[in-house]
Amino acid sequence: MQVQFKTHYRQDIDLLSDRGTRFRVVLALVLAVSAPLWVGGYYLGELSIFLTYILAGLGLMVLMGFSGQVSFGHSAFLGIGAYGHSVLLGHGVPFVLSLPLAAALSGVAGAVLGRAVSKMHGFYLAIATLAFAIIVETVLGEWTAVTGGHMGLAVPEMELFGYPLTADWQTYYVILGLVLFCILGVANLMRSPTGRRMVAVRDSETSARSLGVDIARTRILAFAISATITGLAGALLAHMLFFLAPEAFAINESLKLLLMVIVGGLGTITGAIFGAIFVTILPNLISLLGEVLPSSIAEAAGLEQLLFGAIIAAFIVFEPEGLYGRWRKLRHFLETFPYYKRATFVRQKRYLKTERFR
Amino acid sequence: MSDLVIENLTLSFGGVKAINDVSFGVGRGEIYAIIGPNGAGKSTIFNAISRIYRPDSGAIRFRGEDLLARPPHQVVDLGIARTFQNIELFEKATVLDNLLVGRSAKVRTNPLQEWFFTRRVREEEYAHRRRIEEILDLLDMQQYRYERVADLSYGARKNVELARALCADPEILLLDEPASGLNPEETTDISFWLKDIQQELGVTILMVEHDMNLVRRISDRCLAMANGEVLAVGSVAEVQANPDVQTAYLGGSVS
Repeated sequence: MQVQFKTHYRQDIDLLSDRGTRFRVVLALVLAVSAPLWVGGYYLGELSIFLTYILAGLGLMVLMGFSGQVSFGHSAFLGIGAYGHSVLLGHGVPFVLSLPLAAALSGVAGAVLGRAVSKMHGFYLAIATLAFAIIVETVLGEWTAVTGGHMGLAVPEMELFGYPLTADWQTYYVILGLVLFCILGVANLMRSPTGRRMVAVRDSETSARSLGVDIARTRILAFAISATITGLAGALLAHMLFFLAPEAFAINESLKLLLMVIVGGLGTITGAIFGAIFVTILPNLISLLGEVLPSSIAEAAGLEQLLFGAIIAAFIVFEPEGLYGRWRKLRHFLETFPYYKRATFVRQKRYLKTERFR
Repeated sequence: MSDLVIENLTLSFGGVKAINDVSFGVGRGEIYAIIGPNGAGKSTIFNAISRIYRPDSGAIRFRGEDLLARPPHQVVDLGIARTFQNIELFEKATVLDNLLVGRSAKVRTNPLQEWFFTRRVREEEYAHRRRIEEILDLLDMQQYRYERVADLSYGARKNVELARALCADPEILLLDEPASGLNPEETTDISFWLKDIQQELGVTILMVEHDMNLVRRISDRCLAMANGEVLAVGSVAEVQANPDVQTAYLGGSVS
């Protein structure tokens, strides 16, 4: 096992100061950047969708994993981003402007929602965000003058300063660049005061407040950042879908994002990426499963949702730290071989938690 | 001249008067202990000062500033930091991160600068760490620096809480039972540290404590409460000799 000997605060603060992590990240970067060379047509498109899901998951991770607020409403932010972007593009706003505007629009919606729910916890928060998702979906469906309603809305092509970006590899690089920008940004936030405040609010509001953290402001900020990132993902997703319909941003999408962050591992950026891998692979697995199963089961409506739900439940029961937790244990096993012991990861019992002021 | 002044503070939960017309003042640089049987209202006073509870009437002033006029998260800006009776740490974070949250009131960067992690943010991070280093040294807990709080023993967690409160560079420290749950050695350590904090850092300490040995050893003045009311104020010996205090602890004579 490698133990880092630290001689400068730089080593505390810098991202990737650990050699192993640096190696893995560089490897992933090389793979991601070179992907268009060895991945063709259909799969490159799938890869772009996978990247937008990383982005959406990252957004939800900021809210759920870091600031500890559950949201069933992230499909709405995807929708606001996608529709906002397409409508702006349709009115002739250039792509480079329309993308940040759509993300900002979603961010403002997030801040407003965050303000409304800033005193809610648990069930109430879940229900309030669920209601928000339903409201936004309904508005997208009924506001025909702007969104085209259930008839749908065609998404204009991606362009950069007048040059159309239609080839798969061009879209891929645009998305990859934005995903990397956001991952780096979130990683930066998490190693600075704002990120620590979010974690503080998640773990103990009472003491966070007594240390000078403005709880409401932190929670609203988390909502705003989260919604901005997810809105950006929605705007990019619009280009993958070509044609927007309100149903594409129904509660199902929220559940998918929840599945991502829970299965991936709450509270880590890597978790969002693992979750996205899982969610993109899962439909393929299910369709493979469909070939094996008798047709009465394979073609039953809701099979996918059933499996989604079952998997969330199984992860919460057996591995609350998600795929990332599994990965951490595997790594620890290899690093300390043959001295690994299960007890390392057994969660300690709390001593006292009687007096809560919530 | 008193730094922290409590005037005629009254606070009730429904029909129960948790604090009834309590007044006292804590002078600059002093270690002031509040003692009293369970349910006397000691922690409630703390929670009123840190604005978790809203008093029904009365005033709390710190160096002339009206505390009740401030929102809870701005209390620490005045230089008032506290610990909790039942440790309230950020469980899943490391000790270092916990202490860095303790520096929250000193942060001058905004989220946009932090998103790009500008030079300014980095320099502030260095400055926070330098200050934390001094506190870790003072409380002799360098070895816990990178430990997750969830993995620490109870005694160590208590120290982390004390350290975290110190990270706010307070003028006055409110300690809610700093020695509860500690073994005699740890309690001795705490008593030395509290003296150090008072003398080297010049911090005023207001504490609630049941361990009379600790109170006798370090506190300059002592206030005894029972049933939400002040029984006696004075040196520890005077308070212990007070017949009302003895009655509150031991019960009255049968007559």
